[in-house]
Amino acid sequence: MKSIEELKKIKEKVKEMTWLRQGDKKATKIVVGMGTCGIAAGARQVMTAIMDELKKRNKTDVIVTQTGCIGFCKYEPLIDVITPDGEKITYVNLTPEMAREIVIKHIINGQAITEWTVKNF
Amino acid sequence: MRELSLHIMDLTENSIRAGSTLIEIEIAESRSKDLMTIKIKDNGCGMDKEFLKDVISPFKTTRTTRKVGLGLSLFQTACQRCEGSFRIRSKPGIGTEVEGSFKWSHIDRAPLGDIASTLALLISGNPGIEFVYRHTTDEGTYILDSRELKQILEDVAVNNPLVVDWIKKNVKEGLKDINGGV
Ligand SMILES: Nc1ncnc2c1ncn2[C@@H]1O[C@H](COP(=O)(O)OP(=O)(O)OP(=O)(O)O)[C@@H](O)[C@H]1O
Ligand SMILES: [Mg+2]
Repeated sequence: MKSIEELKKIKEKVKEMTWLRQGDKKATKIVVGMGTCGIAAGARQVMTAIMDELKKRNKTDVIVTQTGCIGFCKYEPLIDVITPDGEKITYVNLTPEMAREIVIKHIINGQAITEWTVKNF
Repeated sequence: MRELSLHIMDLTENSIRAGSTLIEIEIAESRSKDLMTIKIKDNGCGMDKEFLKDVISPFKTTRTTRKVGLGLSLFQTACQRCEGSFRIRSKPGIGTEVEGSFKWSHIDRAPLGDIASTLALLISGNPGIEFVYRHTTDEGTYILDSRELKQILEDVAVNNPLVVDWIKKNVKEGLKDINGGV
């Protein structure tokens, strides 16, 4: 299948670029809340937007994972951005557009968008 | 939920929380039988008979974060609204199987929706869990097995954005092939 060949090419390309492997401590992590409430509120679209923006910007040192409901349903969709120094910032009530902006401003330019965050979760 | 793929994502979330390492998602669509079936099978912790009896009730949940669990009852309601059926089977220590069906042409049946993104995100967002997706129509079957991908990828992570993108495209193309090329 042609498609499998493409996947092999991607593998080679990624290896050459020595992209980060899973679990690398130096990576920034984005964790997306994916409970029923989050999914109903649009968490999948938010996660898709994040992955797409990272790909577009060639941002490779970021690991995106998901977690179940953490009980803050009225804040969904929400994400945690955890930087290598261990700092965690939680963004709430997101739309895909906001998620893209977070990737650009916070992940790439290092400037958190404080109006959309909740402190001390 | 507006898309069946969102129900799938949500039910899979239950499987993930149950500690599953293998989650099989099966969709069978038959226009000739006017039937659509969705099955999610996992090898997680399972539930005992007692718990299973009223697991559909929103007030049955092992959540500690809130008092109601909505996922299963939402799915059951969606099936019943579309003249379909719902079944859940489970064995402690073995796993759980949730199956729901819909009358394909029912006016209230939600579209499958963006299953490509759903699968891409499930696989990339849970690198420690294997997913098998099997989708059958009157025209053929499409299968995606995360174990095969990982074998090809070797030590390249499945949550690499390029890989995620590949998964999405592969699903879209695969489903096109079994849906008359549209
Ligand atoms: N695949 C599964 N394996 C083991 N236990 C399950 C599984 N699916 C559901 N359960 C049990 O049934 C309960 C009810 O599930 P349901 O999806 O209806 O609600 P929930 O997951 O608790 O909350 P919500 O779906 O609203 O986030 C769960 O809390 C869990 O204890
Ligand atoms: Mg649930």
